[in-house]
Parts: sequence; structure tokens; C-alpha cells
Amino acid sequence: MSTETTAGGRIVDVVAVAKRYGPVEAVRDVSLAAQAGECVALVGHNGAGKTTLMKLMLGLIRPSAGRVAVLGADPAARDPAARRHIGFLPENVAFNPALTGRELLGFYARLKGEPAGEVDRLLGVVGLAEAADRRVGTWSKGMRQRLGLAQALLAQPALLLLDEPTSGLDPALRGSLYGLVRSLARDGAGVLISTHALSELEGVADRVVILDRGRVLASGSLAELRRLARLPIRVRVTVEEPAAAPDWLRREGARVNGHAFDLTCAPDDKMALLRRVAAGEGAIRDVEVAVPTVDELYAHFLARGQDREGLR
Amino acid sequence: MRSLVVIAGKELLESVRNRWVVAATLLLGALALSLTLVGATPTGTVGVAPLDIVVVSLSSLGILLLPLIALLISHDALVGEIERGTMLLLLTYPVARWQIVLGKFLGHLAVLAIATLIGFGAAALAVLATAEVDRQSWQAFAAMTGASVLLGAAFVAIGSCASALARSRAAAAAVAICLWLVFVVVFDLALLGLLVADQGARIGAGAVETALLFNPTDVYRLLNLTGFANVSLFSGMAGLGGTVSLGPAVLVAALAAWVAVPLGIATLLFARREL
Repeated sequence: MSTETTAGGRIVDVVAVAKRYGPVEAVRDVSLAAQAGECVALVGHNGAGKTTLMKLMLGLIRPSAGRVAVLGADPAARDPAARRHIGFLPENVAFNPALTGRELLGFYARLKGEPAGEVDRLLGVVGLAEAADRRVGTWSKGMRQRLGLAQALLAQPALLLLDEPTSGLDPALRGSLYGLVRSLARDGAGVLISTHALSELEGVADRVVILDRGRVLASGSLAELRRLARLPIRVRVTVEEPAAAPDWLRREGARVNGHAFDLTCAPDDKMALLRRVAAGEGAIRDVEVAVPTVDELYAHFLARGQDREGLR
Repeated sequence: MRSLVVIAGKELLESVRNRWVVAATLLLGALALSLTLVGATPTGTVGVAPLDIVVVSLSSLGILLLPLIALLISHDALVGEIERGTMLLLLTYPVARWQIVLGKFLGHLAVLAIATLIGFGAAALAVLATAEVDRQSWQAFAAMTGASVLLGAAFVAIGSCASALARSRAAAAAVAICLWLVFVVVFDLALLGLLVADQGARIGAGAVETALLFNPTDVYRLLNLTGFANVSLFSGMAGLGGTVSLGPAVLVAALAAWVAVPLGIATLLFARREL
């Protein structure tokens, strides 16, 4: 695997790329990179340009402007043999319903020059060993999605591109999918996941790239994005007796459910606020601190991007 | 090379599953057998070699059916996978686009060859069970079977071309039906009409021969019906057979070109397609 990566361990390098379909700009001025061992999430609504970016990285389409390098080469120009090191799970993966799971995975394994033993192993990994000899036409959507994941994992890919991998998977399977993704990244693969379910990515993605209508709105780790967004932190203080609550709390907090007060503060003021709450001693029964969820972050960057668009 | 075999093998497996192999074999076999059994009746007492009659009737059948079966199988090859969404994934695998086109062509050709060999073979066995067959007749039969597979190959290639060109499966199917009509019906009618209108004034035999090379079914007809003396006699083409100057080698080469050129065009069209 390591032989395929460039000196800096950079597996994907997208520089100022644009892709136009006639008058439609699917992607404009996008730059992003993924290192070996890194899991990058592309987040955006439908039509944000996630799939277009993946197609560009796969060499299925050529950029109208800019440069794409994958594993150190132009994906659209290179020798097809190099695609052996790329695993891809398309959005809404489809298979010929007349064939069995084993036949289909065997077909893809032979194309990648993998031994037949790999087919059985991967069918086990995604939990399809028992259904393997039934026709895919009789399978559920989640099972087809897992077969799609199995084919993407063939031949120990150095780059794994997963387009909406969790659609059709139940929560338990989502967990095991993200577990697989993390272990692949630990082994040195670069992983790109596109999704609109940002909340699933906490603890999975090292970096998040938020896309909207073909542009990058923000990128960075979730912690960095939180800092950038400076979204208020919510603190809910529950008191023993509302009448006996400290004055400042009654003044600044919004009362809810009789015994609780909601406060908001900037991230930097969080500790100061908590100290004040702690000083209230006996009167305070409980404190809950809610940092902004990733979905709120996403909504924030989306709204900010649209404001900027409006100013132009 | 490996990828070609893998893709061709999958195509054959799919055709077996989708019952294409069984359907095509049964269709060709049933019609070939009935032609053999019924066709033997009128000639039974004249001392005509029965297998030669079979060659004449089977090649007339082949002209209609083989292009139809070949186009039905192949028109879906590329656009079908594009429309169902399976092509996107295949293109991310370490296979070149020409390997996909050629691999699918080989798989479909295998389907057609199996159906032709079994179907026509059944007819030959039926003749063998009732009459003696001399060596020359066997040769004519073998040549006709080979030519039939080659005709099928030409139409699989033409169908692949339609599949690489069409934007949707429905469009590919419409193009396939039109191609069948043009090559099997319209072309000959138009040529005939032209000749009748001309009354031999300007269009000579050479021009007609050249024109026939532009239709693979006519090349096939010439190849079968003029290639062997007995066969051309019973086919009523003996007169023509005497005047046709194109040898079997030229005709086979023409059919091979009808395989290679559409296949090349299909490869070019598919290579340039963005999806």
C-alpha cells in the first residue's frame, strides 16, 4: 500500500477544481486533501457536489479546471491497473438481481485479481455468509449495501471512497461500518465518506469538509469547526427551589419546567459561568452543559454560506 | 486478457440465469427441426441430398432470426448497465473500457454460438437419423453453421454499437429494431426496387455485388447459397452463383469486417462517454 502513496503520504490532492455540465456548475474552486490514515467526511445536501467530487477522484469525469491527483497520478489519464488500489461504494449501489452474492463478489474479486478465499472472508466480515448463495434480487436494501461495502474492501484499498455508505443500514450496522472504516484508516488507508448525516461522524471523521452548491463552506476537524463557528453553549441549571435561586440566575436565565433555568454563553465564557453556578452550592441540584451538535454546526455554516452568497 | 475472460464469463452466466441461452437455443432448435422434418416432404423422392435442403432452409431462417436474437441480447449490453447503475462501479475497477465492450461482445457471442450449434446440430442429427449424408453435404452444413455464428457476431457488434450510442435502454431497443428492419427487409427491397427502376441501364452486376457487401445478411446469403454447387442448385441461386465473382474468402472477410468495424465504433463511442 505504502508504495502507492506519494512522499508526503498524501493520497488525494484536489486543487482548485471546477466541473461544469453545460451551464450548471456542479463543483467550483474546491480544494481538499486526504493523507494516508486519515478519514475525511464530505458533508452537504443532495446536489452539493459530493458525488461529482468522488467521480473526479475516480477518474470517471475530467475537471473543467484545476487539478486532481490520486495516489500520485491523474485518475482520468492513468493506467486502469492502478485502480486496483481504490475501493468505491457508489450511492444507491446496484447489482444484477439474477446473480447470487457470492457470484457477484467473486466477479469483482477476479477483476481485482483477488483469490476466491477473499470472497468468503469478506462475506463474513459484512455478515452475509448465510445469504451468499441466494440471488441478490431477493435481498433487502441493507444487504445489498453491505455487499457494496464488501466489494469496496477487496484488495486492501489504499483509498476508500464511500458515497452515502449508511443509507439503508440500521444503527447497529452503521456502528460496525464506521468501526471497519476506522480500522482501515488505522492500517494506513485514506478514507473519504460523503454523507448528509453529519451527526454520525463524531469520532469517525478526522476532518470534515462542508459543501454547499459546489463550494467548500468550511473544513477542519469537528473541534476546529466548533471554534470557528463560535456557537453559544447552552447550560441548564436545575435548582431545589426556584424562589431560593441566586439572583443572577433568575435575572439572566430563562425559566423552564418550574425548577430549571436555561443560560447561553460563548465557548470562552463557559468556565466562568460554571464557577458561578458552583458557587450557588446548596441551591443548585443539577447542571447540564450542551455543546452545539454537529447538525447545528452544519446549519450554521450553511446559513453563513448563503448569507455570503446574498451579499455578492 | 484475464479481465476479458472474467467479463465474458459473467455475461454468459447472466444470460444463462435470464434464460436467454435456453430461449435462443429452443427457438433455433425448434424451428430448425420443423424445417428439417417438413422441408423433407416435397423433396423426399427426387434423390436430393437431404442435408443440402436443410442448409438452404436453415440459412433462410438464420437470416431472419440470428440478427434478431443477436440484437435483442446485445442492445442492452452497455446502456442497460449504465441505466441500472452497475456500470459506474465497474468502471472504477482495473478494467479498460475497451475490455468491457469486447468482453461483453465475447460473452454474447458465446450465447449465440451455443444456441446456433445446439439448434442447428439438432436438425443435422434429425437428418442423420433418417438418411445418409455424403461428405460434401457435411462440409456445406459446417460452413453454413460457421457463417451463421459469424453473422450473429456481426449483429452482436452492431447491437453493441447501438448500446454505446443510445441514451436510454428504450432508445437502444428502438434503434436495434430499426437496424434489424433495415438490414433484413428494407435494404433488399430498396436494392430490388432500384434495379427494377433502372432496367439494367446503368447499374451493372459489379455495382450490385458491391452493394450487397454493405449488408451483412446479404454477404451471409451469398456465402451460403453460392459456396457449394449442390446448395446453390436447390436454392435457385445457381444462376447467380455462376455470375458472382466474389470468392468465399472475400465474403468471409466482408463479414469479419462487419464484426470488427461496429465493434471498433462501439469501443470509441463508449470510451468517450461520461457518466
